Amino acid sequence: MSVMSYGLAINSAHRIMLEKYEECFVIGQGVNNPWFVGKTTVGLVDEFSQRRVMDTPICESAMAGAAIGAAMAGMKPIAFFPRMDFMYLALDQIINHCASWNYMFNGQVNVPVVLRGIVNRGGEQGAQHSQSPLALYANIPGLKVVCPATPKDAKGLLIAAVEDKNPVIFIDDRWLYDLEEEVDDGYYKTPIGKANVLLEGSDVTIVAASYMVKVAMSAARTLKEKGINCEVVDLRTIKPLDEETVLASTAKTNRAVIAVAEWDFASVSSHVAQIIYKNQFRTLKSAIEKVNLPNVPAPASNALEKVYYPDENSVIEAVMKVMA
Amino acid sequence: MEYSKEFLRALMEKMLLIRQTEMRIAQLVTDKKIATPCHLYVGQEAVAVGVCAALEDEDYVFSPHRSHGHFLAKGGNLNKFFAEIFCRKEGCSGGRGGSMHLCEPSKGLLGSSSIVAGVLGIGLGPAMKRKIMGEGGISVIFHGDCVPEEGIWHESLNFAAVNKLPVVYVCENNLYAASLPLNERRVSDNIPEVAAAHGLPTQVVFGNDVLAVYEAAKEAVKRAKDGEGPQFIEYRTYRWLGHVGPRDDIDVGLRSREELDEWKAKCPIKYFSNKLVEDGVMTQAEYDELFEVVNTRVSEAEKFGANAPKVDPETLLEHVYSEVE
Repeated sequence: MSVMSYGLAINSAHRIMLEKYEECFVIGQGVNNPWFVGKTTVGLVDEFSQRRVMDTPICESAMAGAAIGAAMAGMKPIAFFPRMDFMYLALDQIINHCASWNYMFNGQVNVPVVLRGIVNRGGEQGAQHSQSPLALYANIPGLKVVCPATPKDAKGLLIAAVEDKNPVIFIDDRWLYDLEEEVDDGYYKTPIGKANVLLEGSDVTIVAASYMVKVAMSAARTLKEKGINCEVVDLRTIKPLDEETVLASTAKTNRAVIAVAEWDFASVSSHVAQIIYKNQFRTLKSAIEKVNLPNVPAPASNALEKVYYPDENSVIEAVMKVMA
Repeated sequence: MEYSKEFLRALMEKMLLIRQTEMRIAQLVTDKKIATPCHLYVGQEAVAVGVCAALEDEDYVFSPHRSHGHFLAKGGNLNKFFAEIFCRKEGCSGGRGGSMHLCEPSKGLLGSSSIVAGVLGIGLGPAMKRKIMGEGGISVIFHGDCVPEEGIWHESLNFAAVNKLPVVYVCENNLYAASLPLNERRVSDNIPEVAAAHGLPTQVVFGNDVLAVYEAAKEAVKRAKDGEGPQFIEYRTYRWLGHVGPRDDIDVGLRSREELDEWKAKCPIKYFSNKLVEDGVMTQAEYDELFEVVNTRVSEAEKFGANAPKVDPETLLEHVYSEVE
């Protein structure tokens, strides 16, 4: 065990996979530039050579296609997009090809690729440098979608994603890169499709994902001082969704807040709410509250950003509503 | 160039197989026995057959919607092919793909795509594998003359060139994109020049002469395998039928009878069979016999497909994710 940041935990997972599998390779813009994608790829070229850790011309679609096609031929690629906004340029390769392939060819050609989308927002970056479209990818049959909220899971989920036989969209958030905790050295996996109860409580369940897990945890600490015991469920995987863990928690608390930094229309949050309503309609003590982004593109102005992104107070307000 | 009789006869047989298969499918579509959209390859047989003759089983072929010819030329199973056209369980894609999605992994056919230019991305994959692992087949990417109008064509050529990937791009220029002719889509008939501008060695070859097709492909494949990076070939050819289905689109004014007749006179099969008879490789009687042998094979495969069991509705949800361990 050693204390490790979220960013370096991702770096460690890369190193372990490149060591373990000759057929693993990493490709993406800026892999070896002086910033190393928030240090997540630092040292990899030196250790594994440009043959296996490569930068790319600016062509998201061909780059994604190359990784997807290599996976079809038996490789284990990790292709990354330093900003998820640019990943839209590769959607034909990801949706029409990658996601459909195993089904369209009756299970004969699986696609064990990791497509790593990095959320990079705030700092007045505006609409095209701020997005984290979880629901868009989760909507597509054939894709798995994971979004770690802790250093432990960032490492464990990336390893699990590389070893999965299916395409996995791995979404990491730059707002979490400096978060530190004790992380196991060496190889381990965080299972894909399993949520995690990060904090036990009896009054209300906060279901959160990615960056909002951190926000939910600090909201829960503040609420504890007010005598409200929150249970925090970190989804970790968006698809396949761990309904069982969510429902076990809400069956205990009978109140739910869902906190995901996504547009609320047709969202992961709506889907989770529907699952809770369907199973526990009669036992819920109040209507479910969602903490999401307003349905507008991300603004640049700092004054607007402050009201655009949900924070600890947004979660506290939502909890107070369901407790009322 | 000297060729063995067996080699020449095999080329003839493959071309006849594709022609007769496609004509049979045209009839089945007319008779409404097949629903899946069939983009027929009649008139272009020499390209698929000539190119695939230059490849090994381990080499990969990526094709678009019009992929029947490539599948059969690369050695795809005829019975499974017909079963897939009937969308049956025994089909090469288990009835989940249909006419535009054919695959046979053991022959380097990892799956065809119906999205124009879609394979320009994924087709780079096996070439990446060969570059990283130092082994495995090269990638051959077939595409039509409309594909250089798509952005990913440029991305793909540049990506392959800058990474020196073993990819052979085969442009089958049949002069039409669905209904629109080339001269209404480009400022000039300049696809090879644009490929060359991306740094690819480029050949332009008459696509209805199977031996010319083969020679150009052999050269390109050799260079790609020798580590000289991606290669580009434009084959000039023509599809006899419309974009999709058995109609020729002359009645609706999409092209002229004269143009079609001019290309029918340059039929790749007649061109090659005449040559084989003239050169004494086979007699007319032997050709006629080969024609019948192929005809019987196609009839048997059609029967296999038509009588194959339908896909079990209970299996609808299977294979969304891989169950491979």
